[in-house]
Formats: sequence, C-alpha cells, structure tokens
Amino acid sequence: MFDFLTSDKLPGLVQAAYIIAAVLFIAALAGLSKHETAKRGNLAGMVGMGIALVATLVIAARQAELPDPLDHWRGLGFTLSVILVAMLIGAVIGAWRARTVQMTGMPELVALLHSFVGLAAVLVGINSFLDPEAPTEGSLGAIHEVEVFIGVFIGAVTLTGSIVANLKLSAKMKSTPLVLPARHLLNLAVIVLSVALLVWFMNDHDNGIIPLLLMTALALALGFHLVAAIGGGDMPVVVSMLNSYSGWAAAAAGFLLDNDLLIITGSLVGSSGAILSYIMCKAMNRSFISVIAGGFGSDGAVSGETRDYGEHREIQAAEAAELLADASSVVITPGYGMAVAQAQYPVAELTAKLRARGVQVRFGIHPVAGRLPGHMNVLLAEAKVPYDIVLEMDEINDDFATTDVVLVIGANDTVNPAALDEPGSPIAGMPVLEVWHAREVIVFKRSMATGYAGVQNPLFFKENSRMLFGDAKDRVEDIVRALPS
Amino acid sequence: MRIGIPRESRTGETLVAATAKTADQLQQLGYDVVVQLGAGVAAAQPDSAFDEVGVRVGSADDVWASDVIVKVNAPSTQEIARMRPGATVVSLMAPARSPELLERLQSAGVTGLAMDAVPRISRAQSMDVLSSMANVAGYRAVIEAAHEFGRQFTGQVTAAGKVPPARVFVVGAGVAGLAAIGAAGSMGAIVRAFDVRPEVAEQVESMGAQFVTVDMEQEVSSDGYAKEMTAEQEQATAAMYDEEARAADIVITTALIPGRPAPKLIRAETVAGMRNGSVIVDMAAANGGNCDLTVTDDKIVTANLVTVIGYTDLAGRLAAQTSQLYGTNVVNLFKLLTPEKDGQLTLDMDDVVQRGITVVKEGESMWPPPPVQVSAAPVAAVAPVEAKAPKPPPDPRRKVFAAGLGAVLFAVLASYAPAVFLNHFTVFALAVFVGYYVISNVAHALHTPLMSETNAISGIILVGGILQVGSTNVAVSILATVAVLVASINIFGGFLVTLRMLEMFRKD
Repeated sequence: MFDFLTSDKLPGLVQAAYIIAAVLFIAALAGLSKHETAKRGNLAGMVGMGIALVATLVIAARQAELPDPLDHWRGLGFTLSVILVAMLIGAVIGAWRARTVQMTGMPELVALLHSFVGLAAVLVGINSFLDPEAPTEGSLGAIHEVEVFIGVFIGAVTLTGSIVANLKLSAKMKSTPLVLPARHLLNLAVIVLSVALLVWFMNDHDNGIIPLLLMTALALALGFHLVAAIGGGDMPVVVSMLNSYSGWAAAAAGFLLDNDLLIITGSLVGSSGAILSYIMCKAMNRSFISVIAGGFGSDGAVSGETRDYGEHREIQAAEAAELLADASSVVITPGYGMAVAQAQYPVAELTAKLRARGVQVRFGIHPVAGRLPGHMNVLLAEAKVPYDIVLEMDEINDDFATTDVVLVIGANDTVNPAALDEPGSPIAGMPVLEVWHAREVIVFKRSMATGYAGVQNPLFFKENSRMLFGDAKDRVEDIVRALPS
Repeated sequence: MRIGIPRESRTGETLVAATAKTADQLQQLGYDVVVQLGAGVAAAQPDSAFDEVGVRVGSADDVWASDVIVKVNAPSTQEIARMRPGATVVSLMAPARSPELLERLQSAGVTGLAMDAVPRISRAQSMDVLSSMANVAGYRAVIEAAHEFGRQFTGQVTAAGKVPPARVFVVGAGVAGLAAIGAAGSMGAIVRAFDVRPEVAEQVESMGAQFVTVDMEQEVSSDGYAKEMTAEQEQATAAMYDEEARAADIVITTALIPGRPAPKLIRAETVAGMRNGSVIVDMAAANGGNCDLTVTDDKIVTANLVTVIGYTDLAGRLAAQTSQLYGTNVVNLFKLLTPEKDGQLTLDMDDVVQRGITVVKEGESMWPPPPVQVSAAPVAAVAPVEAKAPKPPPDPRRKVFAAGLGAVLFAVLASYAPAVFLNHFTVFALAVFVGYYVISNVAHALHTPLMSETNAISGIILVGGILQVGSTNVAVSILATVAVLVASINIFGGFLVTLRMLEMFRKD
C-alpha cells in the first residue's frame, strides 16, 4: 500500500479522478435542468464528490508518506484521522440539518451553507499564505499573493453576507434595508483600502499577515454592510448572488492551490449563481446594480404617489368555497405569505378536492415569489402538488382571461397591475401575473398593508377582486371545510 | 316583509321569477316568500318543490297582497291594480320603451324596479338578467339553427364520404353572440363573428371563433353597448355582411341598439344568394329584426329554402335554466337591497346600481337615471403609454469595442504571467462558459434544488482543507481542520437536502 502511495504514477491517477469528478459535476448541473433527470443529476454530483474526496485523501496520504526533507508534513496516521474525524462531524451536522429543515426554512439553510463555503475559503486562503511551501519569489510568488488576497476577500464577503442573509431570512434581524449615510462611498472606501493593503501585503513578506488580517476584517464588514442594506423582498437575488460568490471563492482557492478541480467547480457554481441572480433581476425589471445597491425605491424621487383607488370589498370563506365549486378553471398564485403562514398543505388539499370535482386547478408562480429562486415550487412539491400543474408566469399569463377564479395567496407586488398601468410606480415595468383579467380574484391577506415595495396595489380595489382577510392557512382550511361535497 | 312570486300571465310564458332554490335563498335574507299555485310548473318547479324547501305556496290574492312582487314580465294593468299602494314590483320593464307602464305604476303609487335597467358595470354583473337571458338565448339560437339545418355541424371523414363542417357567422359579440359562438364551436362548426366594436375581437377569439374585420375607424364604446353605425361605416360593412352571410350555412344575428329599432344588416338579396338549406336565426326579432325577412315570433322558409327564425322566446325555451338564472339575479339584487339580511327592503339612491333600476319610487318617476360610465379608464390610459418613447438601444459598436479592449488588456497581462497560471486560467474561462450554458436551461421550478446542489458542490473547497491538515505548522493544521469540518457540513447537508427536495417533486 505504501508503494502505491509513493508511486510516481499516482499524480496522473489523481488528476484523472479530478477530471472525472469535474465531468460528473457538470453532468449534475445539467441533470438538474429537468424534473425527469434531476435525481440522476444529484446522484452524479454525489459520485463526483466521492471520487474527488477519495483522490484528495490519497494525495494527503502521499504527502505524509513521501520523504520530507524539510519536515513539512506530519505522519500519515495523524493526518488521516484528523481529516476523517472532522469530516465525520461535518457529515453528521450536515445530515441532521438536511433531514430536519422545514421547507419554508430552505432560504435560511441555503444562506447558512453559503457562509460555510465563505469561511472555508477564508481559512484555506490564510493557510495557503502561512504554508511554508508556497512560492514567494518572482511572478509566480506575486500571482500567488494576489490569489490569496482575492480568495480571502471573496470568502470573507461571502461569509458575513450569508450570515446576514440567514439572520434576515429567519427574522432574527429586521429585514428592512439598513441605510447608512453615503453607503455607496463606504463600500467604495473599503475596496480602495483593500487595494492599498494588497500593495502593502505584496511588499512586506515578513509581516504579510497583518495587512491580510486587516483586509479580512474590512471584507467581513463589507459583506455585512452589503447585505444589511438589502431588504427582505430582494433576498432571492441576494441568495443567488451569494451562491455565485461562494463559487468564485472556491475558484480563487483553486488558483492558489493549483487545483483545476476547484477552479472548474468554483466557476460552475459562480456562473450558475450569477445567472440565477440575473433571472431574478429581470423578473423584477431592476438592474443587478440597483438591487445590490439596496434600499428599494429610496434612490430616486419616484416614490408611489398616494392615490384614492376606491374601496375594497370583502368575501367570506363560505362564499369563496361556493365560487370555487362552481368554477371550471382556477389558478392559484402563491407568494411569500403562503410560506409564512405554512399554508401549502391546506392549499394542496384544496387543490386535490377541486381537481376531484373536475375543476381545472393550476398554479402560477412569479419568478421572484418567495425568498429563494424556486421557493414556491419546493413548498408545493412538499405538499404533494404535482409539478405539471405548477406553471411559470409566462406560461400562464395569457390564460387568466379564461380563468374563472384566481386565488392570490400571500402575494402582493407580483400581482400588482400598477407595474403595467402606472409609469410612475416604483415597480413600473416589472412583469407581473396579470390575475385581474380573470372573472373573479380572491386575495388572501392579513390586512390592507402594502407589500415589500411599499406601493399600494390597485388590484385590491378592482371590481372583480375581493379580499379574504385573516391567516392564509386558517382561511384556506375554512374554504376546504365549506366546500360542498 | 313578504315577497310574492306570481304565475306569469303572458300567454305562452314558461318562466318563473324564483325556483325552489332561489326562493329559499330569499327566505334566508329574512323575507317571507309566497309562490302562486302552479307558478313554476312550466319551468320544472312544481309546487311540491317549493314545499320541500319550506316556501309557502298560496293563492293569487295571497301573492298579490305581498309587500314586494317579483316577476319576469312587466305587470299588466290588471296586475298593477291588484297591488297595494306602497308595494314594490321587480320585473323586466323595458323602461325606455314603455312610458305608459311607468305612468300606470306612478298612478298606482307603487315602486317599480326594472331588472333590465341594471347598469352594465362589473359590480352589477351578478344581477344582470339581460346577460343571463342573452347567454341562454345565444345557446338556444344555435340549437334552433341545428334543428332546422339539414346537416351536422361537425366535419367528418367517414366511409360514406367526407362531411364538411358547418360554417356559422355570428353578428354581434355581446353576451348572446359569444354564447352562440361557444355553443356552435363546441358542436364542431367553423365560427366567424363580427362586431362593430373592434375591442371585442379578443373575446371572440378567446371563444375559438375568427373575428371578421372591416377597415374603418371606430371609437371604443364607453357605455358597454354598441352604437348605431354612421352611413359610411354602414356602407363599408354592408359588403362584408353580404359576403360572409353568403359563405355561411348558419347566420345568427344579435345586433341591438338600446332604445332604437334593430339595424337591418342581412338584406333580402343576401338571403336570396345564400345556399339552399341555410338557416338564419334573428335574435333581434323582438326589436324588428336584423334581417329584412324576419317575421317576429315565427319561422319562415324562403323560395330558395333558407329558413329565417324570428323567435323572441329563445330564453324561455330553456325555462328551467333561465328561471334559475333569473332567480339567482333576483337573489343577488335582494342581497344588495337587504344589507342587514333582516327582510327589510331599503333603497339607497346614492348607489348607481340601485338608482339605475329604480324607475318609479313611491309613485314618482325616476326614469331615466344619470348615465354611468363603465369603461372610461382604458381610453384615458392610452395617452401616457404612447407618450413614453422607448429607450434607444445602446450602440452595438460600444459592446464590440469593450470586448476588444478587454481582450487586448488580457493579452498584455497574460504575456507577463507564467504558464502555470495561464493553464489554470484556460480551465477557469472554459468552466465559466460551460456553467453558463448548462444553467441557462434549468427549469424555474428547480432553482432551489439547483441552488442547494451548487452549494454542495462548492463544498469542494474541502479539497483545499484536506491538503493542508497535515502541515507541521500548528496554526495551519487547526485552521485547515475547521475548514474541513464546515465544508463537510456543506457537502453532506447540500446533497441530502437536494435529494430530499427532489424526492418531493412528483408528477400527477
């Protein structure tokens, strides 16, 4: 066995394993693009990860086993047992979180996991600087130092950014944007200072750790401030943006460790997160910059003028049940409120009952509904709503005109006609679910308060829409009970 | 208060103003309802059905002594005489065309609510009997046409030869027209439709018919009804009517202008040019008809064997259905008039719906009501939308220039960089693009699993930690161990939660 570890064929073998793992990761992401192949994709990812880890363990063992004149590496037994114990603890914690997390709590979990990648990137980067084997001379040394610096910077921003996102999503921190005076200048100052620290770092090899740690502290503050300035409703963009950052952090680590697998995987994740952020921004008709800059609607003079839209009308659950029973087609448009009220189970029950009566029931999902891209789909899947009746906004928008009843459950800005009708509205131009074309619209809401964007929703005052006030879960349950059998 | 439902006195009338179900609903609003003996027999609502839901069945005198009389047709002179002064009568009244009825109601000192004067606003749709009846009538018109038409509607290829589908032309895409389009379409016919209001084209198409267009200017209707056309417009459309009718097997006309005789759209010479066996159903027969040859309340067959139907009781021919709808409209009206659900009828003259239907109030004429605008908003909204010019797209050359500049800068930097770095950078650049193309195809519904999957994969940073654990530098070793631990949480947690989510997605 020790011959195997010291064999000169081993590096080639490990390289092959890395390439196979990289291919499997690409296959995993490709598989996840469709429902039919998604499970296979996940399996490919797991296998790829397994191969990569085994190959890396072999390398670690080889480092410990090879003749080591500088005495850089500890013995094989110690190294492997530390690694395996750490991995085991991580695996237990990870498996426990994965098994117990509520589907409504997915955004928090994803954000938290991002912070782990960020932390790992910071630690690996600092380690790489402390590593006595690292090149310090010539252009290779300079590049290595830049790589360390960038890797730690991205990792630190990801770390605190994700923690803030997690706290905001789990409502342990207020989700309103934190608006400091001259906040854009503050961010810019942090970046300029970091560049200055980089110059210091590259020119002072003996005390390099000081600028590095200073920069880490600055980057941690930057990550905190960046996300704190973004409101709760923009979280889908933030979470996918942090996903992207965590990828870039891994890629940067790959550069500094000379590891192509890390580079490939990191770039895959990085570009994936970037695309998701782009999709989310397009769905809100806002530029990426304006989301990242934070503070919805506070940048310009375009605050929503207060207008008198007339009076809204109420409906009771029994009446709503009657409407639904008589309808031939029903569309349900859920929003974050459904997740908050945990109403997905009664909604699924209502759907099943209506479908059993021969009513065509479909779901219309706005791309930014919820706090995570695809959040609503996961919640509905959890409640066993078949995914083939859960449609995207573009697929269903033309069908509202022929729909009898639309149930708006906990959505507000995503169904706001002001986005199309009022050019001065802060959400003008954002594509929305055009529910008001349906014959009847029933809006489930706690009160007449405005949505995330802080604009009034003229939908509530349309002549064909009615409000059903109260907790969405209770009200849907009332309707299920009131449905004539 | 007591509501009386009398038997309709008009000869041949089959409808009744309340079915057992709607009478019961009226009682739930707090009223005491009495139905005249045999009132609902023709609409499949025998006295026993009313008994079953606890609605009293009584004599004519009993009914006419009620506080509120609800019926279908306008009350006759004798009927008005039987009412108590101060009582209220709810029925169809055609107030614009029946000034003498309004006078009689005034002199009797009663309140008259005209069901057919409900303003055409969305809120009042639930009490719009004209729509309810037009809907049924439109359906029945197609049934009458099919009954007279010597062929099937649907096209077929059979062993005995090919049967072409019937071609149906519907004039007027109001409620009746749309109902006729729907009925004819679902029977398999090819349906074409025309309306002078171009804005209804979308509705016509949504029912599966083709909208016939004529090149001419038209303004958007502001009161929900079609206007009579000007002379030039009429000339432009006349040719179209002639052409479409001649090509059709079935023509259903529904063109009405409120308060005016129906426009003559299908000329005698057009009918003469139609194919043998074709059928025209003139749903405007009650107002004189849209066809020259229409005989009101009758069916004629022309010399070239074209059947022209001028029945005015199309809705009454589906008595059970129409009565139920009429009754429900009445219930909805009483819900509005009885806000406290205490059986006390209150009229609020500030409400446009209640003001609109009240033609006589306690002996005083209230007709006509002030006009109600229903669709002014879309007209007003057009201007600001047009005023906003689209942003000119950025100069495409700028993008090319930026890309070129980037490439040059990169080349300069790369010429100073060592080969190892460039190798890594090649991998990096390619992986970014692979990621871009792979992710672009991901279904929206799978974004959350995708995110947790990429999360798990980015735990690959674990590799970096593993390689550093064995370092003899204690600080490096400890930091690396922590990195391994947190990255493991990521990997295991990420994959397992993805798996758990994917397990939940199921197809029906």
